[in-house]
Amino acid sequence: MNLKLKVWRQKNAQSEGKIVDYEAQNIPADASFLEMLDILNEQLQAKGEEPVVFDHDCREGICGACSLTINGIAHGPSATTTCQLYMRHFKDGQTIFIEPFRARAFPVVRDLMVNRSALDRIQRAGGFITARVGSAQDANSILVPKKDADRAMEAAACIQCGACVASCPNASAMLFVGAKVTHFASLPQGQPERQQRVLQMVRKMDEEGFGNCSNHYECEAVCPANIPISVIGQLNRDYPAALVKDSVV
Amino acid sequence: MNFLARFYGSSIGKKWIVALTGLVLVGYVIGHLIGNLQIFAGPDKINAYAAFLHSIPGPLWVVRAFLILCFVLHIVTTIKLAVANRAARAQRYAYSASTELKPAKKTMLLGGLVVLSFVIFHLAHFTARVTDERFHHLPKGEYDVHSMVILGFQNPLVAGFYILAIFFLSMHLSHGFQSVLQTLGVQSEKVRRPVTIGGQALAWLIFVGYVAVPVAVLTRQLQVIP
Ligand code: FES
Repeated sequence: MNLKLKVWRQKNAQSEGKIVDYEAQNIPADASFLEMLDILNEQLQAKGEEPVVFDHDCREGICGACSLTINGIAHGPSATTTCQLYMRHFKDGQTIFIEPFRARAFPVVRDLMVNRSALDRIQRAGGFITARVGSAQDANSILVPKKDADRAMEAAACIQCGACVASCPNASAMLFVGAKVTHFASLPQGQPERQQRVLQMVRKMDEEGFGNCSNHYECEAVCPANIPISVIGQLNRDYPAALVKDSVV
Repeated sequence: MNFLARFYGSSIGKKWIVALTGLVLVGYVIGHLIGNLQIFAGPDKINAYAAFLHSIPGPLWVVRAFLILCFVLHIVTTIKLAVANRAARAQRYAYSASTELKPAKKTMLLGGLVVLSFVIFHLAHFTARVTDERFHHLPKGEYDVHSMVILGFQNPLVAGFYILAIFFLSMHLSHGFQSVLQTLGVQSEKVRRPVTIGGQALAWLIFVGYVAVPVAVLTRQLQVIP
């Protein structure tokens, strides 16, 4: 299939970028979106042009490295990562806009590649357990109700890809932070640092310049890990409770 | 003090303030509606209600002050959040699309501004009575709200603006209800659908209730009783 691509090109963080038109020719329908870009880059290189820079790593939908906002939707028209998106979702001759994940907290490194370390910094502010927990416990030595285990697992599925931020009209990272907070808040090991965790992660999130959730739920719709917005509800509950205990009690 | 400053300084704290003040204002919108609907029970009923409210100026002004505080906080905090949200997406998308965005969500800010301008007019019109000479000598005296409302809505422009503003208010509430519950963290996956649908139903019931009065005046179902 042949496609008309409108791709964001930008030399570096300082320079102004712009949309550049490309024709991608002879793309197999079974190619993934990233393979389509590989083919485009080969064609560009054959002509002596600079290839389009984009993020990718595992190409198995696990690592969360691939990004791209495709026709205005983070990771494109299926609720998977971009590496798991196949060209059969598009029509022959279709025009496709390919832009980087947009957020002030995600500066463009080059072309479609953005720097998402703001998420790492939030994670480092409290998204872990300080104590060394040693090797895996014997089964059932710490009892976790099935419901809580399921909820923790659901939240732990977050791969930190940043699609929630990219899709949110406010570039909010609350689905991400909510997932991390919910993950630990659902387990006994997460309790001792539960308050400090939510206070520090929210403070870091605000400092990094992410926006504020206004309940549009775009994030949930694009999340490749199916994180539900109820994790934001958990965040909204835990934060004031922790703040009351921290500053009043 | 420390708590309030930290709370209001945070993203989630501001969201809570918008949600809590929104909840108070919705309560007021419902209370006001119940007051309005008394107009269908005849002049004596609603005029007595107006006279009663004015007979207790102390509590009335306490409530008014609290409502004004909530109203101002709701707006100022929303503006703060909106400014931060714009800044958080420094560069817009060339192609913008959405999977979830509904008209009610898109018009939260615009609709809110229409409602704000309406509230200012409405207070000048019916509360301060500075826009209409006739309101100073009503047939049944100062608390003749019955005649005042009917005279007011006989002007199609006034009635039209009223209906438009109520429409935007209901749009605002149709997203607002479930938004409040989500922000206060009381919404779970299980209640999400019923809360969304219930919130929308309540918003449009409020629309019907409010709009019934000007419609009844324009269709001459309600007339000034001399
Ligand atoms: S490249 Fe790893 S998830 Fe797409």
